[in-house]
Amino acid sequence: MQERAGFVTLGPVPFNWEPDKWRDFYFRIADEAPVATVYIGETICSKRAPLIEPYYEAVAERLSSAGKTVVFSTLSEVVSKLDRKLSEQICTADEFLVEANDSSALLHLHGRPHHIGPLMNVYNERAAAFLVRNGAQNICLPIEMPAGAIAALCQGVRGLDTTIEVQVFGRQSLALSARCYHARAHGRTKDSCRFVCENDPDGLELRTLDGRPFLTINGVQTLSYEYLNLIRELPELRAMGVSRFRLSPHSLDMVEVALIFADVLNGRIGIDEAAPRLETVKPAAPFSNGFYHGMPGYTWNGASVI
Amino acid sequence: MLHSSRVEPSVSPLRALLNNIPNLLLAVTPLAIIQPILGHIASHVALDHPELFARLGSHARKRFMVDPIDLPFVLILSPDNNRPTLRAYRRYEKPAHDAGIAGKFFNLLDMIDGSQDGDALFFSRDLRVTGDTEAVVALRNALDDFEGSALESVIGSFGPLAKPAALAVSGMRALQSRQNHA
Amino acid sequence: MPDPDFLRPELVCPAGTPAALRTAVDAGADAVYCGFQNATNARNFPGLNFTPAELEQAIGYAHAREAKVLLAVNTFPPAGRFDLWRDAIDVAARLGVDAVIVGDIGVADYAARTYPDLRLHLSVQAGASSPEAIRFYCQAFAVKRVVLPRILTVTEIAELHREIPCEIEAFIFGNIGMMAEGRCSLTNYATGLSTNMDGVCSPAADVRYEEDEDSTLTTKLGPFMIDRFACGENAGYPTICKGRYLCSSKPGGYYAFEEPVSLNLSALLPDLMRAGVTALKIEGRQRSRAYVKAVVSAFRKAVDDIMASHEPALANLLALTEGHKETQGAYRSKTWR
Repeated sequence: MQERAGFVTLGPVPFNWEPDKWRDFYFRIADEAPVATVYIGETICSKRAPLIEPYYEAVAERLSSAGKTVVFSTLSEVVSKLDRKLSEQICTADEFLVEANDSSALLHLHGRPHHIGPLMNVYNERAAAFLVRNGAQNICLPIEMPAGAIAALCQGVRGLDTTIEVQVFGRQSLALSARCYHARAHGRTKDSCRFVCENDPDGLELRTLDGRPFLTINGVQTLSYEYLNLIRELPELRAMGVSRFRLSPHSLDMVEVALIFADVLNGRIGIDEAAPRLETVKPAAPFSNGFYHGMPGYTWNGASVI
Repeated sequence: MLHSSRVEPSVSPLRALLNNIPNLLLAVTPLAIIQPILGHIASHVALDHPELFARLGSHARKRFMVDPIDLPFVLILSPDNNRPTLRAYRRYEKPAHDAGIAGKFFNLLDMIDGSQDGDALFFSRDLRVTGDTEAVVALRNALDDFEGSALESVIGSFGPLAKPAALAVSGMRALQSRQNHA
Repeated sequence: MPDPDFLRPELVCPAGTPAALRTAVDAGADAVYCGFQNATNARNFPGLNFTPAELEQAIGYAHAREAKVLLAVNTFPPAGRFDLWRDAIDVAARLGVDAVIVGDIGVADYAARTYPDLRLHLSVQAGASSPEAIRFYCQAFAVKRVVLPRILTVTEIAELHREIPCEIEAFIFGNIGMMAEGRCSLTNYATGLSTNMDGVCSPAADVRYEEDEDSTLTTKLGPFMIDRFACGENAGYPTICKGRYLCSSKPGGYYAFEEPVSLNLSALLPDLMRAGVTALKIEGRQRSRAYVKAVVSAFRKAVDDIMASHEPALANLLALTEGHKETQGAYRSKTWR
């Protein structure tokens, strides 16, 4: 029943949260959120990883005991020796499933069951089939995939042993860089950053020169200003064959967000009830769903959320 | 090459245009004189370079305003493969157009001729682009695929007048360069 | 006598049109890279690129002059549109290009399985920035050369060279994007056209230039103001990663990602060659023949001078660079990050 309905999953926290807060967030998720899979780990900056590492074990254990599948997400940009070491450590530990966010992880994970993260480029069934042969059993599609391509990909992987996941909530990762833009915004470099990113739990907002909110900086990552919201598209996505629906964590009430999405998936509430409920937990930034509709990513398409 | 002043004034429209372009800054030449020359340039390019239209695609139907800011007129280019036209207008006429390119006459000429990089001119603010940017980019790229020098080809197309035309162009260059360094 | 430290590198030059290809070959390119007139390559711009017939002629021209032709099929086919990319690979194999530059795993897999003899280069769009990532592509698709992202220092390139089984191609001049290639959806976010799927970055159709009474130039992409240049200030394209923005930690508008600059590594050429770089790549398929001629000639001479152990006379290419500013980007030092 639940398999057919699909699962809500929780992506890794992309931001630099205070370690205690990070741990408490996952404890609450373990206790209260109706999510099937929880991705944890530092995906953006290898310098941040040691800050949360001491809590990995406790968090993973709490989540597992609550019946959730824990998946470790690897670093998305692997360049330095530290990055490489970190990525290899996670990929070669056998205790947990791993989600690859960079092609270096694919080398380590060859032949072992693993997940493919949304920061990998899987745009077509041929790439998906190759990765399944390499050991992938779940693929989270790139954020910018339009509905037609998602449907075609799902169609193309039918018969292959993999599930398809799509992000449905939260700021959208738009770009990665070797340069840290948080550090740059504070006149520092990546090596001398003194962790200025810790002050922005949902990222640092950029506005255009005429004052229009535009983007969000998170270290080497650039995210959308708007928050993705595909609650209205859930039935369509499910019909295509998408079975995992990813929420990307923010400092707002993620348990409530998870409840709303799970309630829709399980048929407990309709979209018309869910949409206004999401509106009550939403942050100051507006929702967007443009990529899905083949429109500019920042746009909101369809009936507006009441 | 620098002795442009030795090119004799002529009643031929081409000579009149090329010799006098710098003077036209001050003078008011009836545009009627240059219209046939422009028409000839348009048809010649269209005949000689049909591949231009393939590169332009749907932009071939657009109207481009070429604005040589140091001359007293603007040109409207409409590449349309069936009936390409190039016409001069007075600035005050504000002819309708989809896209505009403005710059000094010789910068525009050198860009069309493949000897100056359009992007570099844009970066240095020597080239101004308005309106339909995509059409401008398509035109620039299409013109850039001309074999050799488009200018030489056009000049050659004037037959017996080609040589004086070439001399006149180089003479104008020299004059311009003297003005720039003055 | 050639410097014993390194082999003669291949100078890989851009060609947006057949005329530009001939210009590059005549100016001394060892190899020219180009793409088809569609979404299969990352410079899918109006009026640019090659038809299969033009490519065939271009290959004839280049091969007669001992230059190679590399075809970029380096974007990411979305499901449902794979045929376009498959056709590009088929045509490339049929026409005998010297290598195909691929970025997508699906495209690489198709090419490697269908045409085992077709030489594959890994595009910068694949974003392979570590020995492990590169080795993965070498093992999976027998990739012969990797085009490195512009984010590594020369020292890191030298170390990388010792850890990978394939050749290295590195960018030495041209436009420098700030985001990891193949992983940037900024253009799609603002315009609805994707860099990865449609091969565009700041598509001209969504670009607007507005100049006011004071000659202040405003550049826009879609509805977003990307930059504003005062009268006389050098301008740049409205590329999102080179725009000026406002942020709470800064008093005024600032270049949040990078200024409008271009990469110029002419001063680091000997170091790059010593680091084991096989091919030196010039960016700019969207640029004019005038650009191609100037840049290729300058680097041809510089490389020849270095090979002859002469001090390279480095022509000033500043006028061709965006914002008329040059940078050595990440190549010199880690502080760039």
